[in-house]
Amino acid sequence: MLTSNLVLGAAGAGFNGGDILFQLAAFLILLALLKKYAWGPLMGIMNEREQHIANEISAAENSRKEASSLIEEQRELIKQSRLEAQGLIENAKKQGDVQRDEIIALARTEAERLKESAKLEIEQQKEQAVAAIREQVASLSVLVASKVIEKELSAADQEKLINEYIQEAGEGR
Amino acid sequence: MHHEAPIVSFLGLNFNLANILMITIASVIVFIIAVLSTRTLAMRPTGLQNFFEWVMDFVKGIIDSTMDWKTGGRFHVLGITLMMYIFVSNMLGLPFSIVYDNTLWWKSPTADPVVTLTLATMVVGLSHYYGVKLKGTKEYGKEFFRPFWFMFPIKIIEEFANTLTLGLRLYGNIYAGEILLALIAGGLATGFGGHLAAIIPMLAWQGFSLFIGAIQAFIFTMLTMVYLAHKVSTDH
Repeated sequence: MLTSNLVLGAAGAGFNGGDILFQLAAFLILLALLKKYAWGPLMGIMNEREQHIANEISAAENSRKEASSLIEEQRELIKQSRLEAQGLIENAKKQGDVQRDEIIALARTEAERLKESAKLEIEQQKEQAVAAIREQVASLSVLVASKVIEKELSAADQEKLINEYIQEAGEGR
Repeated sequence: MHHEAPIVSFLGLNFNLANILMITIASVIVFIIAVLSTRTLAMRPTGLQNFFEWVMDFVKGIIDSTMDWKTGGRFHVLGITLMMYIFVSNMLGLPFSIVYDNTLWWKSPTADPVVTLTLATMVVGLSHYYGVKLKGTKEYGKEFFRPFWFMFPIKIIEEFANTLTLGLRLYGNIYAGEILLALIAGGLATGFGGHLAAIIPMLAWQGFSLFIGAIQAFIFTMLTMVYLAHKVSTDH
């Protein structure tokens, strides 16, 4: 009973040509239907995803490159501006120095000029004073001479008179 | 133990109605599962779509391991369909078999040598077809005399041996599994104690059959790709 069951083809008596044809047809139909309705769309979406991922990766790569180039640019800019600022400071310093020297020199010459003019004025005043004294001395001596001539005087009187006049002259001043 | 097959003669061909029923059921189940799981496709896969994408990648891996994807890509759909169909067929006979009027109606379609040999013949036939198509008749013919001319008879025998082993391996595994299930169910499970005693080996053997069914589906697909690669690739 069991042995006959195990013999090849025991399930059917004779040749099952119909089964073969049916199996073949069923499998081919299944293949076509699945390709159209299941595997095709599934493969499509998988390909689409693959494409999408590839695109995303390349986009990310691009933006990364862009970002790094931007960073480089910014760094360059910062460096440049720092240099510029340094230059500006340097310039300002230099200019300040120059200005300071100029101001000092100007002040010095001004002071010199003032001193010169003051000296000159002093000199003038002195000369004027001397001239005035000289004039008065001259007139005094003329006066003294006239007085002497006017009356004979004793030596004592003469001396007294000169002293008087000198005193007078001192008081007159 | 032995059940009759419902055979009908039509147009001079013998049709085993049980086989035809089970082939149809297996095909319909595969189709429904595949369509349901791929009905709502999304860029972000969820649930069954994930599973089927895994299956696709799995079959792609099988093809990649035997030939380069440029020639192998065209067999992708064939591979997935074969694997799904054989797996579902293997599973059909596991939970129960239906015998009506001493006629076996419900079983695995792959537990019939006619079905498995048909699939095997189809695969080998496809391998020859693609061998001629992709390499040209001359190159295809030359392949039979490589590496030495006297290998020709062996090469011819190999083609038939491939077909037979491919089909009978699947048939043998599944049929043996069903026989043992039938033995456990029919021979051991008599009476209350017998039923209790049968539960453990039944569970064990069903689990093992599940494993075997999956493995055989994988092996069938793998060997299909190997035979196809053997015929279509220029260097191997």
